[in-house]
Amino acid sequence: MPDLRDLYQDVILEHSKRPRNYRTLEAANRKAEGFNPLCGDHFTVYLQVGDDGLIRDVSFQGSGCAISKASASMMTQAIKGKRIEEAEELFQRFHHVVTGKNGTESNDLGKLAAFAGVSEYPVRVKCATLAWHALHAALQGEQHAVSTE
Amino acid sequence: MTTSANTAIRVQAATLADFDVYKVRADFPILARKINGKPLVYLDNAATTQKPQAVIDAMVHYYTAENANIHRGVHTLSELATESYEQARATVQRFLNAAESREIVFVRGATEGINLVAQTWGRANIGPGDEIVISAMEHHSNIVPWQILCEQQGANLRVAPVNDAGELVFDQFEKLLGPKTKLVAMAHVSNALGTVNPVRKIAQAARRVNARVLLDGAQAVPHMTVDVRAIDCDFYVFSGHKIYAPTGIGILYGKAELLEAMPPYQGGGDMISSVTFEKTLYNRLPYKFEAGTPHVSGAIGLGVAIEYVNSIGIDRIARQEKQVLAYGTKRLLQIPGLRLIGTAREKEGILSFVLEGIHPHDVGTILDQEGIAIRTGHHCAQPLMERFGVPATARASLALYNTIEEMDALAAGVEKVREVFA
Repeated sequence: MPDLRDLYQDVILEHSKRPRNYRTLEAANRKAEGFNPLCGDHFTVYLQVGDDGLIRDVSFQGSGCAISKASASMMTQAIKGKRIEEAEELFQRFHHVVTGKNGTESNDLGKLAAFAGVSEYPVRVKCATLAWHALHAALQGEQHAVSTE
Repeated sequence: MTTSANTAIRVQAATLADFDVYKVRADFPILARKINGKPLVYLDNAATTQKPQAVIDAMVHYYTAENANIHRGVHTLSELATESYEQARATVQRFLNAAESREIVFVRGATEGINLVAQTWGRANIGPGDEIVISAMEHHSNIVPWQILCEQQGANLRVAPVNDAGELVFDQFEKLLGPKTKLVAMAHVSNALGTVNPVRKIAQAARRVNARVLLDGAQAVPHMTVDVRAIDCDFYVFSGHKIYAPTGIGILYGKAELLEAMPPYQGGGDMISSVTFEKTLYNRLPYKFEAGTPHVSGAIGLGVAIEYVNSIGIDRIARQEKQVLAYGTKRLLQIPGLRLIGTAREKEGILSFVLEGIHPHDVGTILDQEGIAIRTGHHCAQPLMERFGVPATARASLALYNTIEEMDALAAGVEKVREVFA
């Protein structure tokens, strides 16, 4: 039986209570919404991307559970200053870790490895990836809201 | 509340002279299983109820010994199956106190019953500028079919408000009624709040403006006596699986004169009396609305589920559930930061709540680790969630087999949630 503490690790609880980069971004040149119609979780991700493809600033706002909010918060920290391709690649690795795909090392994810426990809770994968899907949509320049359904 | 007061209520409930909840629990095999190493505490009954052995056995017996198609064979098995199917209809008729068994139409569930009325009675009787009145506490299944109909016919949907306790604001509702009102469609009991609506008064008010009345009884029939003639509604729908029967079977009750005048819903076999390429004659009631091979085993299961409820007595069930609800309400309200959504004076066994600073999803996951099954989310009632300013709630919902001890387990589980997020 999975331990609750594997899911609700301290770093996750801490970010859910005090989310980082939790604001709108005046200088944003890309943004996208992520929406989970099943539970009503809703986030907007704001990005300021330079002509050189560097993510200069990133923020988010919205409402959701501890997992989705902490994931959004830690995502903004992880991708700030990264290139678009690096952020996309990080999403892929993050996705593999939270879905428990074999052969994925979580130790090269840094703090985001805290989300490995999500793989024991399949219904919560959508929570952990909601902001990332919005990030992906924003990086692709999609204007519509993305949905987990 | 003090521990001794909790104990007092517990003793009171345990000594309900004519209801042995532990004996009842033994009728439901799934209640013996463990979830995550803990005894299952099943509190998601408004989503679906568990099934007693009698219902499971009836369906197994049908497939083991009686399986055949109905209404068309002259062979023995077909006659047996037809008889069981029609017996189930008669059981439902008595259960709702409908005047005739042909007023009982088997459908897939409450949702299909509402859609049937919208697309047959509705398309024949609702015109441009007409109005349909619903309430702010409706399940999506009693909103969307009417929105579709309004769009098709150029009609308008009007919504009666609810107050902070989650009760229909009756005078505001009455003000919406007028010569344009053709239908009032309302929940008998709210799935998200437990509020019991004053359905007789609602039907009387609708009569005064010559509007028809449809009631969504999905959350009412498992918990209270429903008499469609005493209520004097025109249509009443419910789902079998919320009253201990299988999924995929439900009931549309309609007054015979209305059903007679309505066009059919779906075309096919069994709903006709004769077919030529020039002209088809439709079958008599209720078969006009039962095109194709129906869910025979489901109907039989529903009949047995209602007989099971009758064997215990719906009034006893109601008393037991009220005791558990009262105790559960008090236990939850002892928890700091917990807010109950839905505090109507007349309510059924629904405990919808939010915890300050903690999302309902997280509540649901942590309770599941304790073996406690609740529902989290918007409960297919997004406009209602908006009314109360919450994106979602955690909802514990009761059935006849729930106990005082399970309310203690729920409260302890919620305390554990608070510890995790402390």
